[in-house]
Amino acid sequence: MNVLEVESLTKHFPIRAGLLQREVGRIRAVDRVSFHVARGETLALVGESGCGKTTVARCILRALAPTSGAIRFTQEGGEIVDLAPLSRRALRPIRRQMQMIFQDPYASLNPRMLVGDIIAEPLLVNGVPAATRQARVLELLELVGLPAVARSRFPFAFSGGQRQRIGIARALALNPSLIVADEPVSALDVSVQAQIINLLLDLQDRLRLSMLFVAHDLGVVRHVSDRVAVMYVGRIVETGPTTALYDRPLHPYTAALMASVPKPDPDRRDATPPLAGDVADAANIPPGCAFHPRCPHAVARCREIRPELRETIPGRMTACHRAEELTLAGVD
Amino acid sequence: MSSTIHSAGSEDRFAEATQLQLTWWRFKRHKLAVISLVLVVLFYLVAILADFLAISDPHATDARRSFIPPQGIHFFDDGAFRPHVKGLKGTRDPKTFKLTYAPDPGRKLPVRMFARGYDYHLLGVIPTNIHLLGLEGGEAVDGIFLLGTDQLGRDLYSRLVVATRISLLIGLAGVGLSLVLGLILGGISGLYGGIVDTAIQRLIEMIRSIPTIPLWMGLAASLPNTWSVTQVYFAITIIISLFGWTELARVVRGRFLALREEDFVIAAELAGAGQMRIIFRHMLPSFASHVIAATSLALPTMIISETSLSFLGLGLRAPAISWGILLQDAQNVQVLASAPWLLMAALPVIVIILAFNFLGDGLRDAADPYG
Repeated sequence: MNVLEVESLTKHFPIRAGLLQREVGRIRAVDRVSFHVARGETLALVGESGCGKTTVARCILRALAPTSGAIRFTQEGGEIVDLAPLSRRALRPIRRQMQMIFQDPYASLNPRMLVGDIIAEPLLVNGVPAATRQARVLELLELVGLPAVARSRFPFAFSGGQRQRIGIARALALNPSLIVADEPVSALDVSVQAQIINLLLDLQDRLRLSMLFVAHDLGVVRHVSDRVAVMYVGRIVETGPTTALYDRPLHPYTAALMASVPKPDPDRRDATPPLAGDVADAANIPPGCAFHPRCPHAVARCREIRPELRETIPGRMTACHRAEELTLAGVD
Repeated sequence: MSSTIHSAGSEDRFAEATQLQLTWWRFKRHKLAVISLVLVVLFYLVAILADFLAISDPHATDARRSFIPPQGIHFFDDGAFRPHVKGLKGTRDPKTFKLTYAPDPGRKLPVRMFARGYDYHLLGVIPTNIHLLGLEGGEAVDGIFLLGTDQLGRDLYSRLVVATRISLLIGLAGVGLSLVLGLILGGISGLYGGIVDTAIQRLIEMIRSIPTIPLWMGLAASLPNTWSVTQVYFAITIIISLFGWTELARVVRGRFLALREEDFVIAAELAGAGQMRIIFRHMLPSFASHVIAATSLALPTMIISETSLSFLGLGLRAPAISWGILLQDAQNVQVLASAPWLLMAALPVIVIILAFNFLGDGLRDAADPYG
């Protein structure tokens, strides 16, 4: 069963200029994106910076209001609700069922609150009694591997990795049905990244978390996700189960992302050149396939007709005209 | 550095310190700010205890005492500790036949502490006539003139002490009022944005683009002549704060705009926290330091405003006593040539304004102990 179903989610930001603030253009940050997250599953949303993955995450949590589309969320009781049109007030009872892990562990914790109060805040605002809160905070600290004394300290007394653990504890406080993790490890050192990834894996096992994991690095995603969705300039270009996708990417962009994952072996120099050029401007998307200016396999068709996302192999969706003809290298 | 050797205990102390403790630790490192804090506290003590510290009635005029130069207290008399001042003796000028009074080295008048003097209400409630210093015996013309006297024979020191009260209070009241205005209007502007924001911002720009002195003149002219000193005092406070709030409102608006996008604010919103909780628990504490700094930097502006208004004759009017009014007496160059001590009234203005600026500086650094 799906915890979350996103259908044709679109978010446009108007560009305004001039004295009258007329709309002169639109940034198509997210353009008709559809995917789902099954219960107990982790879906990774991957792409370069600026591809719209964080916007997707914020729309789902309704920190942003989507321009159009549906965000169907299965509530604890099994009732399905579309979050997209809901008002701030109507959202409040649902908010507790979906929580976020933030990218920057320094900005996401209020520096003026004790760690215990930070973790207890979701409990407090949702009316959990004080005694239960105390017990729950201790339980959560243990769950994320922090000592009990941590609750009477301020965030500045902790390292980045420890702060991220605090952020995770806060996200888990209300036993949410869905966790949206927005690049939870990209602000951390590599060694600390591994610890946080291990913690997330451990929590997936123990709590059967359903998670949308946003990342720009396929290397990290490989360990945590069951399925992967790759985004490019506001659109999903490929989805598939993690192992299959890593073995054989079907979209040239996925292949390029994989080639850019650093390999911890100095003798292995890659023959494939890194991706040239920049991500296309979301306010001025190239005609045809948005990836064609950077694609080594682009043909005339790619410049004219925009490829739609379609099932190219059972269980795999790809938005590429040449998905079937190309044989692209995966990882290892 | 001493912090290289850290016992486990001291680290715990640091990690679990409250914000106030951290702020204080940081503040103590700024020596100039600590000195300024002491000065500011002293000034406000003077303001509170003004009448007790004053020696003679600041309003009492006596033509015979006109322009007496500053007079020190002599502490020793023939080797014994016997504080005294010299009495005044009148001599007739042989050319002008004018009777002038000058200290008479022959007459020693003992100085006493907690002596009885003019009647006043301590802290505005307790009726008393005890003053810190006073003369024992002596004639009506005698007195202690630490900073000399003005043309009307009023003791400048006593007047300066009493003026401190009005000048500092007007600063506080003005800042208090502009703080309220600035927080509310800046908060609305930053929180709601849109047309409200635009309207408030244009209003601020308009207010800030009006040259202040002609505006003050206009407003001061509109105060009715018949108003009492107290009414004028309040009107001046309001006038000053009506222009003082703009800076604070900008600071508050800017912080609201920045904090609205902060991850921890979004986190609280996603946790389901209400808007009131987000504003008061997350946003306000985060820019309290900015407000404190802006306030302590606004105070000297307020004090200067009052002083310059009164100096120009647009603010408080005699018989009220403020620093500006005292300086008004020092406007005349001829008077200044014969009685330069009248300029002493500028000294407390300079000291308090420097002190407030250093204090604000220290507070701003200290209030962000996590930075």
